[in-house]
Amino acid sequence: MSEETSRIKLRVFRTNYNKSDSPYFDEFDVSVKRWTTVLDALLDAKCYSDSSLGIRYSCRMASCGSCGMKINGKPRLACYTKISELNDQTIVCEPLPNFPRIRDLVTDFTQFFAHHKKIEPYIQNKDVSTEVTEKDELTEYKQTPEEVDNYLQFSYCIKCGLCYSACPTVATDSKFPGPQALSQAYRYLADNRDDGGSTRFKIIDERHGIWRCHFAGSCSNVCPKGVDPALGIQLLKGHLMGVSKHDKKVASMRTKDE
Amino acid sequence: MPLLTLRESQIMKIHYLTGIGALFFVAIHILFRLIMPFGQSLEYENVVANYNNVYYVILLELMLIFISIHGFNGLRVILLELKQTPWWESIITILVLAAMIGVIAYGTRTIIIGSGL
Repeated sequence: MSEETSRIKLRVFRTNYNKSDSPYFDEFDVSVKRWTTVLDALLDAKCYSDSSLGIRYSCRMASCGSCGMKINGKPRLACYTKISELNDQTIVCEPLPNFPRIRDLVTDFTQFFAHHKKIEPYIQNKDVSTEVTEKDELTEYKQTPEEVDNYLQFSYCIKCGLCYSACPTVATDSKFPGPQALSQAYRYLADNRDDGGSTRFKIIDERHGIWRCHFAGSCSNVCPKGVDPALGIQLLKGHLMGVSKHDKKVASMRTKDE
Repeated sequence: MPLLTLRESQIMKIHYLTGIGALFFVAIHILFRLIMPFGQSLEYENVVANYNNVYYVILLELMLIFISIHGFNGLRVILLELKQTPWWESIITILVLAAMIGVIAYGTRTIIIGSGL
């Protein structure tokens, strides 16, 4: 059965910051089908019209978070956005706002990852060694499904940077960690295998830290994985204010007999 | 200076509590205006009479302190986002703190003179 095809106009932001070129928009006519994604259309343009088009992508299934860009004015994943759902004959692709630009649709994630790294996004537990040399030293935590539910949605983050690009505070304050890093701080606070909460509190409780979030909520609005960073930030604020309890019981380790 | 070394969560706790407190005191202040027709409550004799009521004077002073702390910290938060250098953070905090103390001192002086204490 043949699928109906239609033609759309793809307007793509073009520039090369290393050559101090003035930015401009290139237009490509692309043939699309019902299931064609924006990434498919961009790759079509790259293959058959202009091979110099700069795009970053990898998995094509919303798992790697590489192809984030502003599509028709909203930060989205190109591989996860179908042309048909945009209901427009002209698709405008621009690089993600709040990120330094490199070339065309490719942005620099250095600062974004630095913020992520700063909140120490890994399980910290003073009872467990992080350096494991022998197999016998490997340990396993005991967690109930309810305890997993406390942080599960925040662990779906793929670090695509869409929330960071939508955040109005990040736009004005480069020291602000952004919704991704802050929601990950909450993710580890809610995880009962971790006991590094006080360390992370010190990191985020500073002049340009969590309190600069004005709860615009645009981060949650653009997340392609259904994570609600704004919720995580508010819950984290509750813990810092002392209105939420954080007397979690750190998960016990499975013994060799179990 | 201990005030400059407060953690941001401690400052924001003060910010939220003074905001809630200010809302409460302003509500009482408005209710005071409603015990007589609004226009009449603003007549010279009635305004001066208010200053002779010790409870009203305490209310005015609390309103002044709470609104000043909340408002000037709000201003500090806005100004902090303009630049991200330690120098800017310190200068803004000191200036805003000085302005807040100035406004509270001047307002307190007015209340004391008005009440004839």
